Amino acid sequence: MKKLINNVDDVIADALKGIELSDDNVRVDHEHRVIYRAEKTRQGKVAVISGGGSGHEPLHGGFVGVGMLDAACAGQMFTSPTPDQMLAATSEADGGAGVLHIVKNYTGDVMNFEMAGEMAADSGVRVETVVVADDVAVQDSLYTAGRRGVGLTVLLEKIVGAAAEEGRDMDGVLEIAHRVNAGGRSMGMALTSCTVPAAGKPTFDLPDDEMEIGVGIHGEPGRHREPLSSARDIAKQLVDPILHDLDFTGAPCIVMLNGMGGTPLIELYLMYGEVVRLLDDAGITIARNLVGNYITSLDMAGCSVTILKADDEILALWDAPVKTAGLRWGV
Amino acid sequence: MGRVNTNQSASVATLVEWLHQFGSLVEQNKGYLTDLDSAIGDADHGSNMARGMTAVLNQVADPGAADALFKKVGMTLVSSVGGASGPLYGTFFMRFATGLGDGTEVTPEALVSSLRAGLDGVISRGKAELGDKTMVDAMTPAVVAIEGSVASGESLADATRAGAEAARRGRESTIAMVARKGRASYLGERSKGHQDPGATSTTYLFEALAASLDGV
Ligand SMILES: Nc1ncnc2c1ncn2[C@@H]1O[C@H](COP(=O)(O)OP(=O)(O)OP(=O)(O)O)[C@@H](O)[C@H]1O
Ligand SMILES: [Mg+2]
Repeated sequence: MKKLINNVDDVIADALKGIELSDDNVRVDHEHRVIYRAEKTRQGKVAVISGGGSGHEPLHGGFVGVGMLDAACAGQMFTSPTPDQMLAATSEADGGAGVLHIVKNYTGDVMNFEMAGEMAADSGVRVETVVVADDVAVQDSLYTAGRRGVGLTVLLEKIVGAAAEEGRDMDGVLEIAHRVNAGGRSMGMALTSCTVPAAGKPTFDLPDDEMEIGVGIHGEPGRHREPLSSARDIAKQLVDPILHDLDFTGAPCIVMLNGMGGTPLIELYLMYGEVVRLLDDAGITIARNLVGNYITSLDMAGCSVTILKADDEILALWDAPVKTAGLRWGV
Repeated sequence: MGRVNTNQSASVATLVEWLHQFGSLVEQNKGYLTDLDSAIGDADHGSNMARGMTAVLNQVADPGAADALFKKVGMTLVSSVGGASGPLYGTFFMRFATGLGDGTEVTPEALVSSLRAGLDGVISRGKAELGDKTMVDAMTPAVVAIEGSVASGESLADATRAGAEAARRGRESTIAMVARKGRASYLGERSKGHQDPGATSTTYLFEALAASLDGV
């Protein structure tokens, strides 16, 4: 597999150098692999931080900046960061009003953030956690690891970041976070596997005429495999399980059509058109949308759909100014 | 090979040898562990464990007391691995450390209760039960076997050999299981027929322990 890299072991360190050089609005702690806003957290503002395995760019580092995250920890490729990274980010970003950890629901992420939260609490910082679990491809159950956190993370980081920027206190920020978490669902699919640089070969084999439905964002196989079909049919296979899981009628919705990293934008727009047609038929109001590569899986081809049941307050937070490498408007 | 003295205690040197043996097994089987994780996970278990053990082995040249050594081993794993296996193996060694005492010899009884403490730590951190298709399915039978053998007066060499054998059987048993914890759980029924990567690395842990105590 051909990659634009120097050495498999240096991919993340080298990329962090490029990120720092590309954006004056952030600074990078290379030792702990944390991306911070260039300016320190304003005193009295709730700090919102996230982190996760690398390979999902622009998530999370590309969402650090005014109106969104205060800091993001970069783990190894597809591997949760470690507690000491998160502890460093938590202490550094704290503006005295507490720190919210946004965690995608994966065993590794949850356990590492949990350990970091325990350590931070020992040092007197108030840490709260919201665990995003929006992937309807995974059966939810008390006896399993539960649903994965995927596309909704992007919308949640934007909306919750705006709430913190407005000066809401920790309880207010948490309330919004829980509301967004409860109202969002996602479903993804893959046309190809991705190739992790250290592995050097695709994570799974997928014949040219087949696709995986219900994939996550780490090149893990999905719920089932089937013959490749039309964009119209694929859109239906993504939208139906989402609508089946939650009633989205009667509220303004935010819809994201996300690329997995290896699919051209023209196909993402085509897919968005198919999704809108289905949502129209189902009587769902699309108030805002986002089309592009926002939470990726390296070079995987494919896409995911996220729908968030919003309200006027959430829409206002969505529209609030944001100035990050990955999302930028109103500034 | 590490040395075991006549009263059957394990020296810190033997326990360091255990870590070296474990590190070599992980390094030799790095690709294999990652292949297993490709089938039902995210293709990183081999590189995660190899990164962690490399960091650990850089810290054991001057081991000192048993408890301090293994606390450091656990913390090094937590801060270098990430993923699910970082907190789990890290917690295993940090809890293992608490039963060892601050000397340079560890009695069979202390070793057994430390292994049990490590296993309990893994279970309370990850909340997996037997049959969930995780490292717990290899670690539990291994610890139970070692406890039983030591209680019936067998040597540490024999006990840990029995532990390794039990771990291997536990590892094999994961093949038929449907995963309920960790990334593999997202596959549901599709996780059946694949061996769990964490149970595989845990088997190396107990094979390494047996190898380091061999020749009593
Ligand atoms: N809750 C759990 N309890 C015990 N063991 C677990 C649990 N979850 C996962 N494991 C073990 O961890 C192994 C996977 O470890 P690995 O190093 O690949 O981490 P990971 O799950 O990929 O982490 P990350 O999600 O951050 O990448 C599994 O094979 C399983 O044995
Ligand atoms: Mg893994």
